[in-house]
Amino acid sequence: MTIAAQFDISFTQILNPAGEAIGPLPEFARAPDQLIALYRAMVLNRTFDAKAIALQRTGRLGTYASSLGQEAVAVGVAAAMRPDDVLLPSFREHGAQLWRGVTLKELFLYWGGDERGNDFAGPRQDFPNCVPVASHAPHAVGVALAFRLRGEKRAAACLFGDGATSKGDVAEALNMAGVWKAPVVFVVNNNGWAISVPRAKQTAAATLAQKAIAAGIAGEQVDGNDVIAVRTVMERALERAREGQGPSLIEALTYRLSDHTTADDASRYRDDAEVSRHWPAEPVARLRSYLARCHSWDKDKEEALLQECSHAVDRAADDYLATPPLPPAAMFDRAYAVLPADLAEQAAAAGAPMEGAP
Amino acid sequence: MTELSLVQAVNLALKRAMADDSKVLVLGEDVGIDGGVFRATDGLLKLYGEQRVLDTPLAEASIAGVSIGLAAQGFRPVAEIQFAGFAYSCIDQLINHASRLRARTRGRLSCPMVLRLPAGGGIKAVEHHSESPEAMFAHIPGLKVVIPSSPARAYGLLLSAIRDPDPVVFLEPTRLYRAARENVEDDGVGLPLERCAVLRAGKNVTLVSWGAMLKETLEAAEQLAAENIEAEVIDVATLKPLDAATILQSVARTGRLVIVHEAPLTCGFGAEIAARVAERALTSLLAPIERVAGYDTMMPYPRTEGFYMPSLERIVAAARRAMAYT
Repeated sequence: MTIAAQFDISFTQILNPAGEAIGPLPEFARAPDQLIALYRAMVLNRTFDAKAIALQRTGRLGTYASSLGQEAVAVGVAAAMRPDDVLLPSFREHGAQLWRGVTLKELFLYWGGDERGNDFAGPRQDFPNCVPVASHAPHAVGVALAFRLRGEKRAAACLFGDGATSKGDVAEALNMAGVWKAPVVFVVNNNGWAISVPRAKQTAAATLAQKAIAAGIAGEQVDGNDVIAVRTVMERALERAREGQGPSLIEALTYRLSDHTTADDASRYRDDAEVSRHWPAEPVARLRSYLARCHSWDKDKEEALLQECSHAVDRAADDYLATPPLPPAAMFDRAYAVLPADLAEQAAAAGAPMEGAP
Repeated sequence: MTELSLVQAVNLALKRAMADDSKVLVLGEDVGIDGGVFRATDGLLKLYGEQRVLDTPLAEASIAGVSIGLAAQGFRPVAEIQFAGFAYSCIDQLINHASRLRARTRGRLSCPMVLRLPAGGGIKAVEHHSESPEAMFAHIPGLKVVIPSSPARAYGLLLSAIRDPDPVVFLEPTRLYRAARENVEDDGVGLPLERCAVLRAGKNVTLVSWGAMLKETLEAAEQLAAENIEAEVIDVATLKPLDAATILQSVARTGRLVIVHEAPLTCGFGAEIAARVAERALTSLLAPIERVAGYDTMMPYPRTEGFYMPSLERIVAAARRAMAYT
């Protein structure tokens, strides 16, 4: 017997949970302002999260998927992207969307049940959330293929959870991306839980990153609570993709500190003790510790930032709450590019005047 | 003008669309060097190269999914699924994404893609190769569902489908692929979607069908004419959005309606047409609506598929019943 092939999965961590740099820092992390920008984005993400849950609990927002504890995955990924790359999120990447210019008001509109929340004024080509798990993975391959066919040096970034890796969509997408060397980076936000199913019951595979190996693409793990590490591996993967060196799958190891959504009660299936064990590794405190250690952060700056984020989030929430719902005609006016006669009849019967239809 | 079979007309329309618009891509299993299992994409690879004619890995759901990504980026992908029976895994992509991308982003993103599906029975194919799933697609808001009934109509309708700004499921009746030839002019002129075609005028009974079943339906009209029954024959062509007006106007004149389709009876698209007529033209009806359809059974294996397919005799008998009703 001989060995036909052998594979390794690397794991990258730059800051340990205590916020100490355990290896050489990448270039961007040597400038405090860049790290502070990442920190600010994670705090804004967390502030938005808290407000969204508060609004949901008081009947002013729909069911909401919290990103508590996973801010470094979203922010690290988005910070590694260029503006003309395209993001294809699942539904927990609020921090990535905000970084890319989706507004707080748009996020509130989306989670408040208003399609205008997907009509991003900023990143016009980014995809909206993908609620049916994993089914956006092939879209990312299509977007990336479009870049390649046009000869553009752009890449697609597609995020999904650990549960998504059990679906055929992901297997198919990784495989197609590999065959076509499509400039796409898939990121697994492995937060340990797919609603009530823990990672151990999701797959017998030792890592989720190794799903890349079967597809013949690069696969690696990163500490998903270390925003510096996430941005670093993501920048490398995106660059490889843009340069025609093929797609990647990055497994970001993090933890879902919240319920699955506001409609979920994790105490039915998960011990509080387990959650408590993961709090010390959470990403926001980790980067704050590091910044404080470098004398780039202090109590006053923290206070000021919290206040700034609170104000921004509160203003956006007020703006969302003051926005009247779309008129009934809106159900019909974007169903097709041109309203079919058949549907126009239904609109008329619904008492929905169709002025302003495209 | 050239005499072409339906599959050649599809091929011609693809060539024309690709020549007219560099954003048109063709993708699917074996569509490249092999020219597709039915040869619908024959020669495209040579003409347009691997950048525009993409052989995909064997993964139907992702053929649809990748097309959505390409379409959102401004390409006009024309994807082939080898048989409609293998397109069921694409339905998730069509329902959850392709059909609603425009609506859920308020028009920011859209999905101008075509999914081509060879469909229907009567070709003695192995199981799963003779399906007629058009009603499933017609139930999806935001999609268009088109079925040609002849080479010339295939050419014109496919051009319009490719140029349409919204996703279109284009079902090609395999039974007609090589059945008959007709003159097809490569004039680049699309046939309007959302429009039924009246293939034969008549004043006694309206026969409505689509796709391959129009062959038997037209033959039935011919046979009925010998009995002095003048049948009007309507090719629905675009099931969604439905041009109900053409059907309603015809029924208003004839007072009798026979709907013919190969798909199973229950919740077949004939049920929708019957409902529209019952809602809007009930008082015009001189006889109950007749549906001549496949049965609510599995599409049988080839040795017995002839019993399943609506026959000329069944159509004629239904029309006679409608005529005899008092």
